[in-house]
Amino acid sequence: MCQVEEEYHGPLQREELPSVSKQCMKCKEAGAAVVIRAGDAYCRGCFKEYFIHKFRAMLGKNRLIFPGEKVLLAVSGGPSSCSMLSQVQEGLSQNAHKKLRFLPGIVYIDEGGAVGQSVEDRRRTVDQLQAVFRATGFPFLVVPLEQVLDLPSSVVLSAPGAPEWKAGAYKAAVDHFLLSDGSSGVTAQQQQETPPLEVQEAHTHSLQRLLGSARTLTAREELLNTLRQHLLVHTARSAGYSKVMLGDSCTRLAVKLLSSISLGRGAQLAHDTGFSDSRYGDIILVRPMRDYSAKEIAYYNRMFSVPSVFTAGLETKTADKSSIQRLTESFVTKLQADFPSTVSTIYRTSEKLQSCKSLASAGGDRCLLCVCALDTAAENASAFSATLISEQLSQTQSPEQSRPAPEAPPPASQCCSAVGGEACGNRGGGCCSSAEASEPPPLRSLLCYSCQLTIKDLSSEEVLPHYILSEAQRRLRRSQLREEIRDFLLEDEADEG
Amino acid sequence: MPVLCSSCDDKRAVLKRPKTGHSLCKACFFRAFEEEVHQTILAANLFKHGEIVGIAASGGKDSTVLAHVMKLLNERYNYGLELMLLSVDEGISGYRDDSLETVKRNQQQYELPLKIVSYEELYGWTMDAIVKQVGLKNNCTFCGVFRRQALDRGALMLRVDKICTGHNADDVAETVLMNILRGDIARLRRCTAISTSSEGEGVVPRCKPLKYAYEKEIVLYAYFKKLDYFSTECIYSPNAYRGHARTFLKDLESVRPSSIMDIIHSGENLSVREGVKMPVQGTCNRCGYISSQTLCKSCVLLEGLNRGLPKLGIGKHHRLHDKILTQQPLTEKEERKLKSVNF
Ligand SMILES: [Zn+2]
Ligand SMILES: [Zn+2]
Ligand SMILES: [Zn+2]
Ligand SMILES: [Zn+2]
Ligand SMILES: [Zn+2]
Repeated sequence: MCQVEEEYHGPLQREELPSVSKQCMKCKEAGAAVVIRAGDAYCRGCFKEYFIHKFRAMLGKNRLIFPGEKVLLAVSGGPSSCSMLSQVQEGLSQNAHKKLRFLPGIVYIDEGGAVGQSVEDRRRTVDQLQAVFRATGFPFLVVPLEQVLDLPSSVVLSAPGAPEWKAGAYKAAVDHFLLSDGSSGVTAQQQQETPPLEVQEAHTHSLQRLLGSARTLTAREELLNTLRQHLLVHTARSAGYSKVMLGDSCTRLAVKLLSSISLGRGAQLAHDTGFSDSRYGDIILVRPMRDYSAKEIAYYNRMFSVPSVFTAGLETKTADKSSIQRLTESFVTKLQADFPSTVSTIYRTSEKLQSCKSLASAGGDRCLLCVCALDTAAENASAFSATLISEQLSQTQSPEQSRPAPEAPPPASQCCSAVGGEACGNRGGGCCSSAEASEPPPLRSLLCYSCQLTIKDLSSEEVLPHYILSEAQRRLRRSQLREEIRDFLLEDEADEG
Repeated sequence: MPVLCSSCDDKRAVLKRPKTGHSLCKACFFRAFEEEVHQTILAANLFKHGEIVGIAASGGKDSTVLAHVMKLLNERYNYGLELMLLSVDEGISGYRDDSLETVKRNQQQYELPLKIVSYEELYGWTMDAIVKQVGLKNNCTFCGVFRRQALDRGALMLRVDKICTGHNADDVAETVLMNILRGDIARLRRCTAISTSSEGEGVVPRCKPLKYAYEKEIVLYAYFKKLDYFSTECIYSPNAYRGHARTFLKDLESVRPSSIMDIIHSGENLSVREGVKMPVQGTCNRCGYISSQTLCKSCVLLEGLNRGLPKLGIGKHHRLHDKILTQQPLTEKEERKLKSVNF
C-alpha cells in the first residue's frame, strides 16, 4: 500500500548550490569572507555586526532579562557556549544605547569525574578554562559534578515566587536603571577567585556508580543531563543569580527536539527547547544562542579567535546507534547535508510549541527528576495506558486482577479490601493500617513518562542521590496519607508540597 | 531448556513480543494482541452498536490483520457492527491486480461483502496512465491524494458510517517524525488522533483500531494465524524523505523498543502555542470535498492532468485556483512553468 495517505504541500526541495558571489551582500563593497546560507555572503565586518546584532535582538525581543539582573552563563567549554560568553562581553562593551545591562557571572560544571577522566586531566581542563574566564573579568565558579550528591531536596521543587512579568515591568525596570546610573554597577562587579573545590575520590566513585547503574547509554545521558541541570540551578540559587544562560545553538536544539520526541518528552518540549524555561520557578533558564547554527558559530569563533576548550563527554567515543541521543544527532547531521533546510525547519517547529499550560499552572504534581508537570494521567486510549495494558496482558494473570495495575500484586489474604471494596495492594498479607510493613509504592509514580523510561533502565533505584530519594520518600508518604484521608476530603485538592 | 510463556506459565514460548520483550506462547500472544485492539476500541469509543463499518482493504498485512481481528472481535464481544471490505483499485498493473486477488480471497474467507472503487471510474485516470504523464518522481502525491478521496467516495456509495484503516503504531510514529521534519504543525497536532470525526460534507469519519499495534507484531500475528496477504511494496515507492524517517524509526526501535510508543506519547501530549496560524478548513468549490484552498488537491491534480500541465498540483500554485475555477486561460509563462517536469 502506498504510504502517502496525506497530501503534501509539495516535495521538499533540495537547496540549490549557493551562487558564489564575491561581494558582501550587506555593504556591497568589501569582498565576501563567509557564506552562511545560499546567497548570504558577508564581509568580515558585516558578519561581525550581523552576529552581534542577532544576540542583542534575541534578548531584546524576549525582554526577559532585566537591567541590573544577575545572570549566570553556563559555559561548557564548547564552541557554542564560549561564543555566548564572547557575545556577552561584546554586549557589555558596546556604546550606551546598545549596551547589555545585566550582571554576568560564569559557571563551569566539571564533568570529568562522570566520564572517568584522571585528576590531572581534569585539572588541566579547568586551568585552560579559568584562563579564558579570567580574561573576561567576570566572576566565575568551577563546580565539580560530584557536588550534585550533596544537593538539598529543594532543587527538585519548583520554587514559588516566580514573578509573572507584567507588561510594563520591563520598561519600568529599564527606566529605573537608567535613572540610577546603572552603568557603574556593571563594571564595578568584583571578580573573586574561588579556588576550585577539592574533589574526594569517594565522591567520584559514588557518581560513577550512579551513572554506571544505567544499563543503556540513553538512560545514562538522560541522567547526566538531569543531574547537571539540578546542579546548575542550585549553584545559581545559592550565588544569587536569577537567570541561567545556556549555549544551545539552533543545530543543538533541533537535535534535542527530535530526541526529546523520541524519548517521550512531547509534553516537556517547550521547556526543553524554548527560549526560556521556567520550570524551576525562581530560576529561569534562557537560550540566547538558539538562532545561530553550529556552522555560523564555528565561522565566527574562527574568524574572531574566540577560544573554546575541548572537554570529554559521555558519548565522545561511541558508535552512532549506541543511544537515542547519539542516533538522532547523526540522523539530523546526515539529513542536513542532503536537505540544508532540515535544522531550521525542525527549529521553527519548536517555536510553535508550548508546555501544557493547564497542567503547569494548576500547581499539579511535578516530575521528581525533570521538574516538569506530570504527563502520566492514564487517560482513555493513550499510548501510556496502551503500554500498561500490553505489559499486563503479557504477564501471569490472576483471576481477580481485571484492571490494569501492572505493579500491584493481588492481595494474598483478606485485607481491608473487604471494607473499602478495593485491594490495598500490599504484599505479605499485612493490612493498610501497618504502613511500615507495606511495600512502598514505586518511585515511578512520581516521574513523568520519559523519566520513568530512564529509571526503568537503572539496575537499582537505590543508587540515586540522597536529595532525590529523600524527596521521593516525602512525596510517597504524603500521597499515602492523602489516600488514607481521602474519604474525608471535600475536594480533590492538588498537593501543594 | 525451553522458555516458558510468561503469561500462562505453562506452555512453551514461541516468540518474544517486540513491544514488551515478554516471551509468549502462541495462544497467549493471540489473546494479548486481540485483547489490546479490543481495549483500544473500547477506550476510544470507536464504534456504536448497529453501525456499518467499512474496512479499508488493500490486501497488505495491516488491512488483512485488521479485517481478521475486526471480524473476530465483532463476534466475540458482540459489537453489533455490520462490516464490509472497501478496496481501491488504483490501476497499477502487476501490483494492484495481485493484491486485489488477495482481497477477493479475504472476502470469501471472512464472508464479508467487498466493494472495489477504481481510479478509472472516479477520475478517468489509472495510476499507470498518470505515471506515464508525470513520471515516477511525483506520482505518490497523486496516489495519496486520490486514494484518500476514493475511500470516501466508495464509503458514501455504500452508505458506510465509518471507515477503519490499517494504520499501525509504526505508521503513526513515522508520521509524527515526518511532520516535525516538514514543520507541519497543523498535521503534527492532528496525526496522533485515533479517529477523525466527520469534518464536512462528503467525508466519512475514520479510525485506526491498530494505532497501538506494532508492525512487527502484526507480521507475527499474520504469520502464526497463517493469514493470506500480499507482501509486495507499492511499486511506485514512497518519497525519499519519508524513507529517511522510516529508517530513523527502525533504528530508534532497535536502540529502545518502546520508542514507537514513546513517540506516539509525545505526539499525543504536544501543545501548540496560541496564535500559531492554522489553515482554515473549508470545502472545494468544484467537488465539495474538504479543502483549505478554493480547490481541493485532487481537483487541482486532475485539472493539471487533463490540461497536460502535471506540475499544477505538485508545487504551490494557489494563486492559479481562481483562474482554473473560472476556466480562464493561463498565460504562456504560467503554462511553460507547469509543463516541464524533471524526471
Ligand atoms: Zn504510491
Ligand atoms: Zn560588508
Ligand atoms: Zn521527568
Ligand atoms: Zn501462554
Ligand atoms: Zn475538489
